[in-house]
Amino acid sequence: MAIVEGRFRLDGVEIPFQPGQTIMDAALAAAVYIPHLCHHPALLPHGSCRVCVVRVNGREVSSCTTPATAGLEVESETEALRALRVAILQMLFVEGNHVCPACERTGACELQAVAYHCGMLEPHFTHFFPRRELDASHPDLVLDLNRCILCERCVRASRDLDRKRVFAVAGRGLDSHLIVDSPTGRLGDSRLELTDQAAHICPVGAILLRQRAGDVGERHGFRVPIGERPYDRESISRVGDVATLVEES
Amino acid sequence: MVATHTHDATGATEATSDAITNAERQAPSRTLPPAKKLRVATASLAGCFGCHMSLLDIDERLIDLIELVDFDRTPITDIKHLGDCDLGIIEGGVANAENVEVLRGFRRHCRILVALGACAVNGGIPAMRNGFALSECLEEAFIDGIGLYNRGIPNDPELPLLLSQVHPIHEIVKVDYCLPGCPPSGDAIWAFLTALLQGRPIALSDKQLHYD
Repeated sequence: MAIVEGRFRLDGVEIPFQPGQTIMDAALAAAVYIPHLCHHPALLPHGSCRVCVVRVNGREVSSCTTPATAGLEVESETEALRALRVAILQMLFVEGNHVCPACERTGACELQAVAYHCGMLEPHFTHFFPRRELDASHPDLVLDLNRCILCERCVRASRDLDRKRVFAVAGRGLDSHLIVDSPTGRLGDSRLELTDQAAHICPVGAILLRQRAGDVGERHGFRVPIGERPYDRESISRVGDVATLVEES
Repeated sequence: MVATHTHDATGATEATSDAITNAERQAPSRTLPPAKKLRVATASLAGCFGCHMSLLDIDERLIDLIELVDFDRTPITDIKHLGDCDLGIIEGGVANAENVEVLRGFRRHCRILVALGACAVNGGIPAMRNGFALSECLEEAFIDGIGLYNRGIPNDPELPLLLSQVHPIHEIVKVDYCLPGCPPSGDAIWAFLTALLQGRPIALSDKQLHYD
């Protein structure tokens, strides 16, 4: 059967889609940016962060989990949706300990970059200042739960791409937290390796690569100065996965 | 409102008529009367004075700024007591009893209060002690630390008492505007101040809005 291509409108622009694509998939394929955090093109949709909220037929839905259908009228870059996204981002920021000036991922952090894109100027809510664990037991990686936003990208990557199931989320509500599958619960005793995709997929600074003198490639850390990192130079709406996908296709 | 949030260059998200504008983000809730020289006070609470240094980074534009404002209490004038001001600028979060008193004084005396920089906006680096008990911090700094002599937690009655946690200033008083950054660049401070002082909508470019 021939693939039938449909079209919907995103902020007035015609976006083509293939059957089975979500609004997010189709928008990314057409190089149109919709803010997102838990969504990753290589992973199954999760729909947990809600930052990709769009308005479809009078309802707010997450664009990463809503199938594209012909003739939809989708709104994304409006003031009402921007305000909604900022509120979601503010809650993510106050729920954890996101100290950008002290974080190695600053300038390359998707949470920060999406907040820049949406124009978040202040946290608005009362900071929660939770006490969370830092796990430095792994020889190549550091797991800092202070920065974890529970997007489950590492959970999905470890399960679906690496076939290891190193990570999971346990607990409910405010007690929800990332756990590691190992006899001790520590990352150093798990099967996670530097070559695993789960080690490189964290949108924030919760999973960081350790550095040693002479490391090259991705393990550059602070060697790229603050101010010259990817989202310092350009908005994530132009240099994030939306740009990578276009390059690949 | 004027479209102002310029996502520069290719404009994938160029502000359009009904789209996102910083003007709407921080619509001036109280506008200042023009012409008269405005009185400005600044203070650094639990900060590092980096934001004040960044204010000096506006360089020769300081001369233009002096045309617009008179300084009341600031580290620049060394005036100790705060008078009535049009604009108060706070750097740093709230870490001790004196910070609370200074901040409340600023709120009482300033028509518009601005949180300048990461520490004032969200607690910043000093708030990293919130993950520890205050006693743990004091013991590490004054008793268990390496290379200390005369070990003991300072208890001079003149020293302001520390709060159990460091707070962003909006948790203590109402804040009218926030300018994030560690520190905000001189350009961001200049764009922010001139817009505010002239009663224009505040517009920050991509390069001026950052948290680090």
